[in-house]
This record gives sequence, structure tokens and C-alpha cells, in this order.
Amino acid sequence: MSLKKTLLAATMVVSSSTLAFAETNITWWHAMGGSLGETVNKIAADFNASQDKYEITPVFKGTYEETLTAGIAAFRAGEQPNVLQVFDAGAATVIGAQGATIPVQDLLSQNGVTFDINDYIAGVRYFYADANGKMIGMPFNSSTPIMYFNTEALAKAGVSAPATWEEFAETTAPALKAAGYIPLTQSHLPWIFTENFFSRHDIQFASNDNGYTGSDTEININHPAIKAHFTALKEWKDAGLFEWLGTSWGDNAKPFEEGKAAMWLGSSGSFGGLTKKVDFEFSATMLPYWQGVTETPKQTFIGGAALFAMSGKSDAENKATAEFFRYLTSADVQYMWHQETGYVPITEAAYELAKSDGHYDGAPAAEVGIQQLSLPAGEWTKGYRMGFYVQIRDVMNREYGRILTGETTVEDGFAAIEAEANKLLARFAKTQG
Amino acid sequence: MKRAAFTHPWMPVLLLIPQLTIIVFFFYWPAVEALRSSFYLQDPFGFGGTFVGLENYFTLFQNKEYLRISLFTVIFTLSVTFFSLAFGLVFAVKADKVLRGASTYKTMLMWVYAVAPPVAGLLGVSLFYQGHGLITQIFALFGYEFVVGVNYKDTAFAMIAVSIWKQVPINFIFFLSGLQSVPRSIREAAMIENGSPFNRFWTITFPLLAPTAFFLLITNITYSLFDTFGVIDVMLRSEPGNNPMTLTYKVYVDGFRGNELGGSSAQSVILMVLVLALTVFQFRLIERRIHYT
Repeated sequence: MSLKKTLLAATMVVSSSTLAFAETNITWWHAMGGSLGETVNKIAADFNASQDKYEITPVFKGTYEETLTAGIAAFRAGEQPNVLQVFDAGAATVIGAQGATIPVQDLLSQNGVTFDINDYIAGVRYFYADANGKMIGMPFNSSTPIMYFNTEALAKAGVSAPATWEEFAETTAPALKAAGYIPLTQSHLPWIFTENFFSRHDIQFASNDNGYTGSDTEININHPAIKAHFTALKEWKDAGLFEWLGTSWGDNAKPFEEGKAAMWLGSSGSFGGLTKKVDFEFSATMLPYWQGVTETPKQTFIGGAALFAMSGKSDAENKATAEFFRYLTSADVQYMWHQETGYVPITEAAYELAKSDGHYDGAPAAEVGIQQLSLPAGEWTKGYRMGFYVQIRDVMNREYGRILTGETTVEDGFAAIEAEANKLLARFAKTQG
Repeated sequence: MKRAAFTHPWMPVLLLIPQLTIIVFFFYWPAVEALRSSFYLQDPFGFGGTFVGLENYFTLFQNKEYLRISLFTVIFTLSVTFFSLAFGLVFAVKADKVLRGASTYKTMLMWVYAVAPPVAGLLGVSLFYQGHGLITQIFALFGYEFVVGVNYKDTAFAMIAVSIWKQVPINFIFFLSGLQSVPRSIREAAMIENGSPFNRFWTITFPLLAPTAFFLLITNITYSLFDTFGVIDVMLRSEPGNNPMTLTYKVYVDGFRGNELGGSSAQSVILMVLVLALTVFQFRLIERRIHYT
């Protein structure tokens, strides 16, 4: 046998053996841009390097809305990815379409990955679960609204971060205004001042157990407590105690980042970005509540998004997806994700790891989100499930904007939201028939 | 006169097939599909669904917001069309008279056309930006606090202004070439007959420009209705909130962001009917009054 032939034979053996051990390739469509996207790529690369059986490819698909729409279009064409990231407001759409996804709990147990819902921190357990408490989507980037404050601004005004809205209105805000600051801005009225208003004060948000147990759901938006809150907001805005700069997230975060606003209500997931952006000292505290409404404030809902395993894939690929979820929920990966981004670690084990590693010693603000999610649960704090919720949020944004610019009254605004939201919910029920 | 004809009857059909295929697949099929799904309320993933007949249409017409958006679309389309045509015409008439450095002037007036709509939107946003934008600061000099994204009217003004700015160059190019094809002899004859430049323009030049103006009218209405999407999206940062939007943007908001297929299909069918009506109106009523040379 000549050398050439030997080489050829050797090459053939090698190439056939790589074929035999071919990796199972899976895809992951996500909406994490910028530095978040880099962390997502790192998680995928680390998973691929950690073993040689599976290979995951993350693909950035734009905003949350664009990612969900791309996933839906791909599903209808039979080209869906294995893993699709769907945000909180799209949960009803993707969970309602039974058959589009494999419940993550089933996927894991079928593939020999142990699953215990109690391993997850209390606040994230049931948000993406069905009425029976079965986890459908794997909570991935989970955040919750918290209050950031400029340490120096508060010191200058001689106040501390308020725990209640009463304290904010009577003490904190006037002092901050006198010290030359915009006392407060916030970045997402439906999420921070609506959904989480209901969970923080433990008020029912929608009929049918917040929408989990039926499709003929009606929203409970027209509640006196939240109307009083928006009446107060409008008064604060007129008195210069609160500023609202439109529906865009960034425009409202800007005054805080520029040091003009003393306090800002944003996402616990904003922590990583803020640390890089601002050069002043800041910290955070929990979302304030109205003492007049409740004496025992409860945990808040999670925001952010979950990962759904799309159906219609081969067993081998599903196995790969399950293995990826096993990797993703491991304490080390969750801790890394938590450190890099500020999103909360979704398991108790990862939270313990962060604590024992001293992550919060230098940055107590990084712990506020998870502390708030670990507060005692109330009757109405596990989440909400409403269809066409993206449009319902659009309606809220529209009416809230009109209330704050004086185009409409609180009473008329909330009546309009209730009427339009209920119409949308009734229409959504028909899409499920 | 010799009449050219195909020797085989199937030859023209064969030659038409590629074009027809494209039209059927990219125009008629989606249109029929939109019409069909406008009668349903369906799960976006394609599992459930209910036939609801005309309910999607009734829901729209009963929705106060939809009517408000329709009204804004009319105002938006009329002002963008009118002002971008008017500015284009004024600039063309003025540039036509320039003798020295004419090509520099023309190039400067034209190059905005090369800016892509989202980039134009972005430039517009930075001009109108909250607090820092150049135009915002000019308004502030006059004591007016201009806040895009918060004040409905301010956002509407910024959207319309940027859309006009984006469209003026193309109108300018067409009007200028139209003006240059007006025979010099006619203009000189008019100068002898009537001294006033204003009268000369409206009685002689403008009627001769009519074919160009009619073509531009149609393209500008289409532009205002559909091609301003990029400008509007950047201006709103994809969050409409309490700001104005056009019917086209509403289709996107409900269909692509909200995954409400039935309702947004009904909206796009309404837009199709609107465009059809406009086209018929333009060709039946306006074009009859125009004389092509």
C-alpha cells in the first residue's frame, strides 16, 4: 500500500468517524441585543464547549415582539427554531397555542433531567406555568421593577429612599425638588404601575384567577386603588414631583443617567447596564407601595422573558434542548448571567451561590430584585394570563399618556382601558376556539 | 400601417407567464389571503380559529381610536402631499432661474433623496429630540416647550415635517425636468403678452407642467400613506403610546406586534379598497383635465 493510499484511507476513516459522532444541532431565537446578546452568545459557546454531543446556535431576532412574530411565522412554515424566547406579554399567545410548544416540565422529565419546581425562586415559579402549576416556559431573563436612586442626590436633600408612596409624596419628593432634582421618573407604566401595582398590593388583576383558569377573562383595571395612584401621579407631575417623558423606555431613564433625576423606576435587569453607563454612585430599593392600601406589601411579578421548546422537532433535538436547559439552569451559569446582566438568578441554588460568593457585599442594589421576588406571596401574585396583551398594553400606554398630558381624566381613561381591553380579551377567546 | 403579430397564439401567453406568475404570487394571492383571514379570528400559530364574518370590520368602525387614526391619516397625507409638492415646485422654479453655479444648487437640493427612510427618521428624531434637538431648542427660544413623544401635536408636527423634508427632493427633480422641457419660445411669447411673472407662471408654465404634477400627486399620496412607515417607526421608537400614527402603522402594530391576524387583515383590506378608490378617482376625474403634449 502506497503512502498516498494509506493517507486516503486514513482520511476516510476520520471523516466517517466524525459523521458517526455528528453533533445534534439546535437553534435558539432570542431578543437580547447589545451586551445582553454577547452574554447569550457566551452561554451558548460555553455550552457547546462543555460537551461534544450537542451544538446550539443562538440567533438574534430583534425586539421581543419581532422575535415572537418571527417564531410564529417560522412555525407556520414548519421552520421553527428549537428554542424561542417569548416575553411576558406574549405568554398568553404562546401558552394558549397548545401544541406549538412542549411544556418544559414534560421535556425535561422525558429526557431524564430531574425537575422540581421548588428549586426555582418563588417569584418565577408560576408566571409561565399553566393553571395546574405545570411549568410551560423556562424562565430565562427574569427581572422585576425596582427603584434606583442617586445616592448623592438623596444625601443632598437629606432624605432616604422612600418605602411607601405616602412617604414619597410628603417627604422625599418635595425635598428632592427643593434640592434641584427631578424627584422621580419611571420607564414602563403598564409593567411598573399597573401589573406590579396589582401584585405589590395583592389585588386581583383579572377574573378567572388572573386569567389562568379560563378564556372568558375580564380585566379588573378599573379599581379604586390604581385610579387613586394615577390621580396622585398626575398631581405629582403638575407639582414637579414626578416627570413623564413619553412611552419610550430610554427617554425616561435618561434624566436619571444624566444625574438630573434623583430616582428612577426601572428593571432589576437594568443594573448591569447602569453600572457601565453612569459615573455617580447609585443604589436601589424595592418598589414603593401605598400604606393606605396595604400594610403588608407582597412580591412582584417577573418581567423579562422565558424560553419555550417548540414542538415538531426530532427526539434527538428535543434531548439536546433538554440538555441545554439543564446547563442553563445550573447554578454556575445562572450566577454568571446574574452577574453580567443584573437579571435575577432563577434558582435558589444560584441565589445561594451569589450570596456565598459575596456578590452583594459591594453592590447591595444587585440583590434588591431577587429580594423583592422572594417576599411573601399573596393570593394574586403568581402572575397573570391575558390574550392580546401586547395590544392591551398599547391601550394602557395610550390612555396613561393622555391622563398625564391632561387630554383625558383618570375616570375616562380607565373606563376606556377597561372597555377596550375586555373587547380584546373576548376576541382573543374566539381565536382559541 | 403594418401590423405586427405573433404567428402562434400561445406565444404571447408564454411571454406573459413570468410576469403573471409574479403578480399572482406576490399580489393577488396575498390579497386574497388577507381577505380570507379578515373573516376569521385565529390563533397566530394556526391551531384554533373562529369564523366571525364581518365582525372584524364592525369592530374597527365602532372603535373610536380607529376613527381617530383614520382622521389623522387624512390630515397627515394631505399635508405631506401638499407641502412636499409645494416646496418641490418652489425650489424647482427658483433653481430653474439660477444661471451661475446651477448644478451645485441642484445637487444640494437633490441629495436628501439618497437618505434611506429610517435614517431620515433618525436625523429627524435628533433634530426634534427632547430638550437637546436643534429644532426643539429653536422652539424653546420662543418660549415653547416642544416634546416629541409626550405631546400628541408635537409628535404629529415632527412626523409631518420629516416626511415632507424626505420627499421634497424627488418632487424637485421631476418639477425641474418638467420646467426645462417647457419650450423657450412659449415662455418668450408669454413675456411679450403679459408682463407679470406670477400670471405667466399660472397661465402658461403650470398647465404645461400638469402631467408631471399629476404623476407626482399620485406618487406623493402613495408615499404619504405607505412609505413614511420608516420615519414614523423611528419617531415613535416602536411605542405608539398616546402619539399619532397612520393606518399603515396601525396594521403593523396590531398584526406584527400584537399578532392579531383577523383585525389587522381587515385593516389591510380597508387600505386596499382605499387605494383602489383613490386610483379610480385620480384617473377618472383628474386625468381628464390634463393634456399631454
